[in-house]
Amino acid sequence: MTARIGVVTFPGSLDDRDALRAVQVAGGEPVALWHGDHDLKKVDAVVLPGGFSYGDYLRCGAIARFAAVMTEVIAAANRGLPVLGICNGFQVLCESHLLPGALIRNSGLHFTCVDQRLRVESTTTSWTAEYAAGSEIVIPVKNGEGQYVADDRTLDELEAEGRVVFRYIGANPNGSRRDIAGICNETRNVVGLMPHPEHAIDALTGPGTDGLGMFVSALKALVAQ
Amino acid sequence: MTYETVEHAQQHPELEQPYAELGLKDDEYERITSILGRRPTDTELAMYSVMWSEHCSYKSSKVHLRQFGSKAPATPSHGVGALLVGMGENAGVVDVGDGFAVTFKVESHNHPSYVEPYQGAATGVGGIVRDILTMGARPIAVMDSLRFGAVDNPDTKRLVGGVVAGVGGYGNCLGLPNIGGEVAFDPTYNGNPLVNALCVGVMPTDRIQLARAEGAGNQVVLFGAKTGRDGIGGVSVLASATFDETSSAKRPSVQVGDPFTEKILIECCLELFDRGLVTGIQDLGGAGLSCATSETASHGGSGMRIALDRVPLREPSMSPLEVITSESQERMLAIVQPDDVAEVLATCERWGVLATVIGEVTGDDDDRVGRLVITWHGDVVVDVPPASLADEGPVYERPIQQPREQVALQADSSARLSRPSSGHDLRETVLRLAASPNLCSRRWVTEQYDRYVLGATVLAMPHDAGAVRLDDRHARGIALALDGNGRFARLDPYAGAQLALAESYRNVSMAGARPVAVTNCLNFGSPEDPEVMWQFAEATRGLADGCLALGIPVTGGNVSFYNQTGATAINPTPVVGVLGVLEDVTRRIPSGFRSEGDVILVVGDPADELDGSEWAWTIHGHLGGTPPTPRLDAERRLSEFMQRAAEESLINSAHDVSDGGLAHALVEASVMHGIGAQVGIAGDPFVALFTETTARAVITCADADVDRVLTLLAEADLGVARLGRCGGAELGVDGLFSLPIHELRTAYDATLPTLFG
Repeated sequence: MTARIGVVTFPGSLDDRDALRAVQVAGGEPVALWHGDHDLKKVDAVVLPGGFSYGDYLRCGAIARFAAVMTEVIAAANRGLPVLGICNGFQVLCESHLLPGALIRNSGLHFTCVDQRLRVESTTTSWTAEYAAGSEIVIPVKNGEGQYVADDRTLDELEAEGRVVFRYIGANPNGSRRDIAGICNETRNVVGLMPHPEHAIDALTGPGTDGLGMFVSALKALVAQ
Repeated sequence: MTYETVEHAQQHPELEQPYAELGLKDDEYERITSILGRRPTDTELAMYSVMWSEHCSYKSSKVHLRQFGSKAPATPSHGVGALLVGMGENAGVVDVGDGFAVTFKVESHNHPSYVEPYQGAATGVGGIVRDILTMGARPIAVMDSLRFGAVDNPDTKRLVGGVVAGVGGYGNCLGLPNIGGEVAFDPTYNGNPLVNALCVGVMPTDRIQLARAEGAGNQVVLFGAKTGRDGIGGVSVLASATFDETSSAKRPSVQVGDPFTEKILIECCLELFDRGLVTGIQDLGGAGLSCATSETASHGGSGMRIALDRVPLREPSMSPLEVITSESQERMLAIVQPDDVAEVLATCERWGVLATVIGEVTGDDDDRVGRLVITWHGDVVVDVPPASLADEGPVYERPIQQPREQVALQADSSARLSRPSSGHDLRETVLRLAASPNLCSRRWVTEQYDRYVLGATVLAMPHDAGAVRLDDRHARGIALALDGNGRFARLDPYAGAQLALAESYRNVSMAGARPVAVTNCLNFGSPEDPEVMWQFAEATRGLADGCLALGIPVTGGNVSFYNQTGATAINPTPVVGVLGVLEDVTRRIPSGFRSEGDVILVVGDPADELDGSEWAWTIHGHLGGTPPTPRLDAERRLSEFMQRAAEESLINSAHDVSDGGLAHALVEASVMHGIGAQVGIAGDPFVALFTETTARAVITCADADVDRVLTLLAEADLGVARLGRCGGAELGVDGLFSLPIHELRTAYDATLPTLFG
């Protein structure tokens, strides 16, 4: 018994194959979803992968939120479907107002690709139950527009409600407010983060296997239901 | 908008043609009129000028490049290393086993990158990626070899920032991992940076595509981006002439890249290939449609009729001359059987790619072989034999003369320079070299590149070679390296080309891979200068001889001439890429020290070879003498040893000894994971630490494996010295000095961010 996790391919998605692979390695059934279809193929969870959807020539994720598949993703997320947005996927979730705040140009003004230390701040989301609270993990971060910003009231709310899911440790790679690397929605089924857990599922091709826990978390919860 | 018909050209032979302004010589123009039996139309003249440019026709280099074929080593007829497609196509294709074929190639985009660094570099990546795609392959990784002027030259910061952002911006957005390359600084490149981009792709051996238009009646489909006025005449204006102070006026000749469109184009093309919907394919790069139509027709032995007015335009006011020479990016030309056209157009539409039938393949008429006939709203504006554009351009035996200064340059040995001898002075020299622009950490550059995308990267910077796995179901992978050394090539172009080859070959071997093929990018000054042509002739001869000695063929490459400002040419800079095969990527060998207590060995036989070295250049600003001797036979044995050691999983790390000598190899191996070393050296400590004798490597292994390693080294007839052990937080040399890793790292890491951050 396992669960089906869909990965959306927008035109310009780049890490979609990696996300499908991560689902498989974690023991799930990966399902490819197409941006132009009003069809989630009865999946149990959705990943919005990294990349440059539609070239991101406007604001990152600003066009992707209007894709046909996003109508279904937004509706399903509001019904409680677990949704994970990675990098460009996080940007799409913010543009879709499933998550608060926005991602702007890195403070250093360069695209940056590094193995990043993170602290898992919340383990009570659909995607982080496998981690120990407060544990440190290393997964790659790679983006040009990954600086998380929101007004202070929103940031205070996120902190107060325990909705900061990941925080950068050591050097903050992009100038994100309060070192925030990832957040979740109020119902904790929608998680967005800039770092790439799908690139840390095998020590052969990544800095380690610390990212696998996110996919395993979702699968275990889904199978247990 | 005006244009001229063939009929008009026939009726008005007396009208003067601006051929000289388009870069054609008197005798070249005469040859065109004799091929056509009349004077060319304005559109034809533009096509000949771009197709007969140095960049497209290889007219000065062809006679020398033939050696890569005539001296090519024997390759297996089948299995790993078999050459499935040789030179002459967009890129060569090599069998790497398990049903995989790999194609790779490096190309220059030097002049566009000087004029407009971001777009020049970006479209350099885009162009080489399309070359790889055109062979039927999925592009799987890129590399870049960058050379800039002196770090204190006022223009260097603009170029470094723009070029690195351009390489990253395009490759990152395309979703291709950047897995390695090189960055160098030297005043010889002031005003003429070198931007060489490499791409590698993989395909099933039965999916190879060729750039051929065959079968009369087959349709010609143009797909991808619309055609605009960008890049008109880029190959003749930018790539085939020397630069001067008016260069910024050439900015409109630089193309503008759109990686998003290219990403979609890649996925669309791969679907067309997989479904067998195209019979021939060519990308539109230098010379645009002029090149794609004439090359496919010529190579297919066919004619072609093109209705040029069907080409979708960004600007409707473009003339046929502009349409046929535009170098707008992200376009492809496919030859499609009539029955498949609807399916091709539907596939393109699904991917959101604009596709248009613009013509068809034709056969021979009664009285003449296939012609390339181009019409504009029904008027014939071009009617030429396609081979006269693509394959029968002028070929020159340019005069050759050894540079007058060559003898004096070689006589000026570094032996007269003062050498450090005390522990303190040696320590300072190690630190200064570690922080020097040419040897310091490349992280500031490489962190701007995505090395993780596609999830198959098993080695990337700062390891000696980049390596990727070919797919999830097989352990098979490839390793790649890209190297050059303009100073060595200046001192001796024959040896310099071999040294670049040897370094690239050695780097691939360090990963444990078996080298199988070579690509090259030959960056030189003006071919009209006999002294530059001598350098070119020597370098190509050296490279061909070197490939023969190492037993791996050249499968493709690129020549970039006119790299000079005014009368001063750059140091001749052959950049060489080597492809290796890793049977099992889990056995790849990384470069940095990994385990405390491992035994450190240095393989090879050092001699006093410091002419042209980083030490001579960085510490004394000296360039003279003769470069290290290429030791190709020893390189081959070192490579075979490394392959064997990888197979038996004997070695924990391997880092070649090259720029900066043993000292810098130890610095890099220590800094990578913060694991120090304590070593003892024999003989003259300065020579031991800084000589750049080739065919050497620093390797580490566990105590239990030392005997086996030494046995294999003895069997390979390779010299070896036991240096010491890994461990601790310092790099110490017995009796001479000790350097805390954190101090080394600070020196090593700070340079580029401080200069360019």
